[in-house]
Amino acid sequence: MDMLASLGDGFAIALTWQNIGLALLGCFLGTVMGALPGLGPSNGVAILIPLAFTLGLGATPSLILLTSVYYGAMYGGRISSILLGIPGDEPAMMTVLDGYPMAKKGRAGEALSLSGIASFVGAFFATWGLILLAPQLVKIALLFGPAEYFALFALAFMTLGGVSSTNQAKSAFAAALGLGLAMIGVDTQTGVPRFTFGEVHLYDGLDFLVAIVGLFALSEVLIFLEERHGNADADGKKIVVGRLTPSWSMLKSCTPTMLRTSLLGFIAGVLPGAGASLGSFISYSMEKRLVDKENTFGTGDPRGVAAPEAGNNAAAGGALVPMLALGVPGSGTTAVLLAVLLSLNITPGPLLFTQNPDVVWGLIAALFIANFMLLAMNIPMVGLFTRVLMIPPKVLMPLVAMVSFVGIYGISGSSFDLLVMIGFGVMGWGLRKLDVPLVPIILGTLLGNAMENNLRRAVTIDNGNWFTLIDSPLSIALWAIAIIGFVLPLIIGARVKSRMHARKDEEGALSD
Amino acid sequence: MSDRIFGVLGLLLAIGFAIAATQIEESFLSDAVGPKAFPLIIATILGVSSAIIAFRPDPEPVWPSLGRLVELLAAVVVMVLYAEFLPVAGFVFATAIAAAYLSWRLGNGPIASVLTGVGISVGIYVIFHLVLGLSLARGPFGF
Repeated sequence: MDMLASLGDGFAIALTWQNIGLALLGCFLGTVMGALPGLGPSNGVAILIPLAFTLGLGATPSLILLTSVYYGAMYGGRISSILLGIPGDEPAMMTVLDGYPMAKKGRAGEALSLSGIASFVGAFFATWGLILLAPQLVKIALLFGPAEYFALFALAFMTLGGVSSTNQAKSAFAAALGLGLAMIGVDTQTGVPRFTFGEVHLYDGLDFLVAIVGLFALSEVLIFLEERHGNADADGKKIVVGRLTPSWSMLKSCTPTMLRTSLLGFIAGVLPGAGASLGSFISYSMEKRLVDKENTFGTGDPRGVAAPEAGNNAAAGGALVPMLALGVPGSGTTAVLLAVLLSLNITPGPLLFTQNPDVVWGLIAALFIANFMLLAMNIPMVGLFTRVLMIPPKVLMPLVAMVSFVGIYGISGSSFDLLVMIGFGVMGWGLRKLDVPLVPIILGTLLGNAMENNLRRAVTIDNGNWFTLIDSPLSIALWAIAIIGFVLPLIIGARVKSRMHARKDEEGALSD
Repeated sequence: MSDRIFGVLGLLLAIGFAIAATQIEESFLSDAVGPKAFPLIIATILGVSSAIIAFRPDPEPVWPSLGRLVELLAAVVVMVLYAEFLPVAGFVFATAIAAAYLSWRLGNGPIASVLTGVGISVGIYVIFHLVLGLSLARGPFGF
């Protein structure tokens, strides 16, 4: 009952005109960003962070805006998957398999509304899962000392690599690169400058927002420039939407699928390193095994549309659990959301639930509200979003670049940060070409200092004894999971990943 | 081959990082670990993973042709110039030119590019500056 009371308080916070307006704006922008190929949840949220920040929004309103964008993008990705056969973002790539054949049969409207409902079911159950699971995780996390936190951070990096890349060495490289970038600046414990090479701008360290926007948004612009996607006319194809309401019998036949995949997707989301792409992938694969008796999956089976959509939206909610309860994000987009919290001076983790309950419960209530808004937006108004798909990249990409510049300039007002951002954009382009995942880099720049502080605290408390790091059963367990999470993909992961990567297009380097 | 070069560069980066780490001045009031240890651990991971990348390269990625590379380089130069001239020329002018350039290179015709650039620039100015009150770079004319 305690929980329901907290949730009630949350609704009291979320239900102000400003917050409802922000949620509505976020849902709309999120759906648009999700729908447009080339903009996904992580770069969509990344572009908007500096804006939320410079507009002087408080912690709760900013989070409401940005998580609405996050949920919205998860909904929106399916629109271009179904109508154009191009995933709007990576989690939506499985939806192409059955959604696009359905659209070709003239059942695009049904596919859109069914996937909208499936998204709603997935996100709805995942939000309840968040409410139930996060406080339990907080209870465990309260037992953590610095040594356990250090192990937890290591776990996050080691498991993230297993899913985000086909090559473990490259994800380890990415994580180390991110951590190394975080070391730049004045050491927080002793006050000596590190890796600044006398450049005063670097004494404060690199702003991780600059890194995120450069790596995620600008590198996308460069990829488009390289491939001249601008010539590919999005409006070349004629879109026939057809009837917008799915029949009852279709909904009924899809209900067990949606419920099963919501659960599965949620679990996939909670696991560190997994995220929404994996959620939709395993949901689709499991349903194909379970119910595809007549081999209709892949030819426009409605259940093949419902499964990945419920799965990826549930995973999106699930991924918020470790981010809020432990302060360790499990996917690209939640890493970006963590950046939001950090730049607002809120430290996520167990103490967030006791010190800033208004933020947590306001956010959760906002997720419920956003979810209903998205359902309402995505079924009757889907025609509006299909029109958004007509925006060609030759207009969209300059807009993305300019909004990125505006956001970063708005924070600091310095050209130096813009140059650093361009540097990150070029680096992101090169690394994506080499199939180095970008998410561990972001995670490294975000968590590097906290990780180092916990290490130093743990060892200092124990008078310089490094074995204190593996001194408690809890930290040994965390290290064990970390090592399994790193080694297991080397053995069995190659098969799963090659199947997953075979289906994705060139914009796949952004996990989530 | 790309991965081998990349691995070697990564290894050099790791060595450079480690050398830079050993140059960090120790404060006389240091904790038991000090400011060098963690960077050295990172340098080790960076070096080992780079070496593995160099020894076990992935299949060759598809690199763009020389023409495309020049295209990218030109775009980066335009962005750098944009960053440098933003405080001098003011937001609206600089943005319109940069956006028009990008739009042109992405396949728009000359007139359409100019219109796109001006549209993006003025649109951002109106929404972010006039409506939302974000401070943008001011040029000689105040916008």
